[in-house]
Amino acid sequence: MTAAEQAESLAAGETTSVELTQAHLDRIAAVDGTAESGVHAFLHVDAEGALEQAAASDARRAAGSPAHALDGVPIAVKDVLATSGLPTTCGSKILEGWVPPYDATVVRRLKEAGLPILGKTNMDEFAMGSSTEHSAYGPTRNPWDLGRIPGGSGGGSAAAVAAYEAPLAIGTDTGGSIRQPGAVTGTVGVKPTYGGVSRYGLVALANSLDQAGPVTRTVLDAALLHELIGGHDPLDSTSVDQPVPALVAAAREGASGDLTGLKVGVIAELSGDGWQPGVMTRFQESVDLLVKAGAEVVEVSCPTFVHALAAYYLILPAEASSNLAKFDAMRYGLRVVPEGDPSAEEVMKATRDAGFGDEVKRRIILGTYALSSGYYDAYYGQAQKVRTLISRDFAAAYEQVDVLVSPTAPTTAFELGEKLDDPLAMYLNDLATIPANLAGVPGISVPAGLADEDGLPVGVQVLAPALADDRCYRVGAALETILTDKWGGQLLEQAPALEGLSA
Amino acid sequence: MTTTSDVLIPFDEVVEAYDPALGLEVHVELNTNTKMFCGCPTEFGAEPNAQVCPTCLGLPGAMPVVNGKAVEAAIRIGLALNCDIAEWCRFARKNYFYPDMPKNFQTSQYDEPICFDGWMDVDVDGETFRVEIERAHMEEDTGKSTHIGGATGRIHGASHSLVDYNRAGIPLIEIVTRPIVGAGEKAPLVARAYVAQLRDLIVALGVSDARMDQGSIRADVNLSLAPKGSGVLGTRTETKNVNSLRSVERAVRYEMSRHAGVLGGGGAVLQETRHWHEDTGVTTSGREKSDAEDYRYFPEPDLVPVAPSREWVEELRATLPENPTQKRARLQQEWGFSDLEMRDTVGAGALALVEETVAAGAAPQAARKWWLSELARRANDAGVELAEVGVTPAQVAEVQSLVDAKTINDKLARQVFDGLVAGEGTPAEIVEKRGLAVVSDDGALSTAVDNAIAANPDIAQKIRDGKVAAAGALIGAVMKEMRGQADAGRVRELVLEKLS
Repeated sequence: MTAAEQAESLAAGETTSVELTQAHLDRIAAVDGTAESGVHAFLHVDAEGALEQAAASDARRAAGSPAHALDGVPIAVKDVLATSGLPTTCGSKILEGWVPPYDATVVRRLKEAGLPILGKTNMDEFAMGSSTEHSAYGPTRNPWDLGRIPGGSGGGSAAAVAAYEAPLAIGTDTGGSIRQPGAVTGTVGVKPTYGGVSRYGLVALANSLDQAGPVTRTVLDAALLHELIGGHDPLDSTSVDQPVPALVAAAREGASGDLTGLKVGVIAELSGDGWQPGVMTRFQESVDLLVKAGAEVVEVSCPTFVHALAAYYLILPAEASSNLAKFDAMRYGLRVVPEGDPSAEEVMKATRDAGFGDEVKRRIILGTYALSSGYYDAYYGQAQKVRTLISRDFAAAYEQVDVLVSPTAPTTAFELGEKLDDPLAMYLNDLATIPANLAGVPGISVPAGLADEDGLPVGVQVLAPALADDRCYRVGAALETILTDKWGGQLLEQAPALEGLSA
Repeated sequence: MTTTSDVLIPFDEVVEAYDPALGLEVHVELNTNTKMFCGCPTEFGAEPNAQVCPTCLGLPGAMPVVNGKAVEAAIRIGLALNCDIAEWCRFARKNYFYPDMPKNFQTSQYDEPICFDGWMDVDVDGETFRVEIERAHMEEDTGKSTHIGGATGRIHGASHSLVDYNRAGIPLIEIVTRPIVGAGEKAPLVARAYVAQLRDLIVALGVSDARMDQGSIRADVNLSLAPKGSGVLGTRTETKNVNSLRSVERAVRYEMSRHAGVLGGGGAVLQETRHWHEDTGVTTSGREKSDAEDYRYFPEPDLVPVAPSREWVEELRATLPENPTQKRARLQQEWGFSDLEMRDTVGAGALALVEETVAAGAAPQAARKWWLSELARRANDAGVELAEVGVTPAQVAEVQSLVDAKTINDKLARQVFDGLVAGEGTPAEIVEKRGLAVVSDDGALSTAVDNAIAANPDIAQKIRDGKVAAAGALIGAVMKEMRGQADAGRVRELVLEKLS
């Protein structure tokens, strides 16, 4: 059942939130396993808290006053969002055991709407990575093939939804960390317009790029969740002070499969050589189906996109290096005290050495260098200029077309460990998703079928202008409808069964 | 206590050989109700860590939001200092480690301050120096550490430190001057006068408590010396957190003497921060500071730019209070005070009180007299500010009106002030309750004068012999008998009448 169907079932009195929540907790117990085996989508499961919230939801519903259409439908939250009373570790040893005294705005909105929070999902440490292998607590595995990565950094959220451990999840997307895991796990992932969903309580990786968003199994589910968590937040001055567009309506409209009059641009720079043939086949097929649905498709060029990756890997580490300075062993999280009579600096050094993983250290050093005097203009300054150019490329493209499309990721899920020692190869995975973060525009990744060569999911990305998130939903829903017809059902139904996994 | 072995050169010799250049960085803690980037209250003296939230504690995930009132205060300060106000500016992160700073970066402004290119004319002994203001920018204060276990309360030797984050995130405006050159021997006075005038301006604007003793205004004093007439700037030192006007003057004077000692001995002044020691009147070395200190500034991505509209800036300009320096000149003229009287009034912190007392109807000289003598003495005895002595300007004016009406005299007025401090009611009520009114009834006075003449026959004879000056002794005796409540003028007339 999709989240929308679960909500309907709750509304019809066919099931209770406690039953639904317990069923998902049972599924987690059956398939999630540990760092050594199983999906390992969750870092913390809050069975007690989730069931309490579920009981409260049932009581509201019995009294005839549900808080929201999704009241009672359980959800999983990426471990980068602050949850009061529930650990928040960002996949890092340095925050092991930290329990925030406050809720992120997204979490607060979920709680107010009555969605039981099943637990916190695994992620690359501080959201740095494209495979969830950089989690200090061990990798998450792709439900399609437990030997493969579930994407990153939000691999935990995507895998939890793909493995039916949660009908809904919250992810965060700094360079593609919702969309790319969505693509490689056969789920729907949305990066809203920058500022469309509050960042308050989202432990920052790169503040100017981070964006929380939904991870679901259908476009409609994503729209329901997006409308719930979106909207202005006075605690986040960068949040958009405008009403959330009518996303659910757009998704329902798109589901008719009719895209007559829509102009779609295929980004020339985001396909071709170096892209996995099976990915390109599915992508081309999707484009053909868009035409069939009545859309006009043209090729558009965004020439500065080729510099996006370089700009991203200067801006992100620069901001991250500053954000991570607060982890100094003094106030919260890990504290490693060396032998003897260590100074505060020595405690800090030992703690950071033990608490931060290699990828995090790598980016702190990169970012510190990129911001240091004498190099600022050459690196950070230049990267910001590229960013402006990318925004202009988008603006020029949107003068010709309503939406842009590309494959979400260049390849299907690679094997665990395959790219772990090659950071540059890992970075290439976000090639297609990064431009949207640099420009702040919204994007959705929809399952486009399975690659012929490996039978693994492929995602198609639909990008729209800032604040026009509804277009992503309309086109995404149309594609979903057409593709579901073509593949004879929801893609995830073709995933191998995970039943019988030893917990 | 660290002492310095620096050789000091007498001040007169310093100014003969060197040109000093001053630079002042003044931090003003704003009196907004809430902090710079969160809604926490800012009251002084609260329980440690009682006024904190995820944002000012820098907890992971928490985000700042700019306090509009702080922006308004910054603009008002900038306008009062004749600055340009940026049409668009941003906050930046200043990345460095400081134990009291929860994020390990300070949210400040870097190359885009909200106010820039201003000036203030500073008067020193009738001479005017124009101090150029390079910038005034917004930032947040840090928390406060207390070191426990050491002998001196310093970190050295302490067993542990306690950090209070109540102050973390309180809005600050940092006002930075361009190098002030050409002040010569007056450099210490210019520094003092600048800070004093700036403080007066801040008070007039009402944007800060402006208490140097509570750290709501803190001055960093930069000083360098260059050989006289060379026209260059020497190596500077920065003396941090000087917390009284007197100390600003002394710190400049001390550093001038110390720099000259170093330079005269063939040495080079080290570019460093220095600590000021109020008790011993010396500075000691802090940390060495190089120009290349790398704060890795970059625009704060969590905050949208600040873009004050021109209409708003003009509105704020239109509501600026009168410049305190100009106001002082105006008042001096209106009141007819001499330079010395005016300086004493300002120096005693009585200007506003005198102004209010005059506004309540008292003659300027009378208002000045009460505040600078009787009430200043009481404030001094009680160890409080003049404004906290327990008497309001309106009450002072009423007391004076009673004196003018000859209901009481100056001596009785002191007892009225006693009553006011004790909260016994209005001046008129106190006169009534305490029975202080001057007796000018001839019957009662005549009897008292007769008694005095009878008790002092020798003096009476002197007066009869024409030694009128001796009348004072008899008047004193009468006053004593009447417990001060006699009209001295009338007593004198009666004495002379009776003995003529």
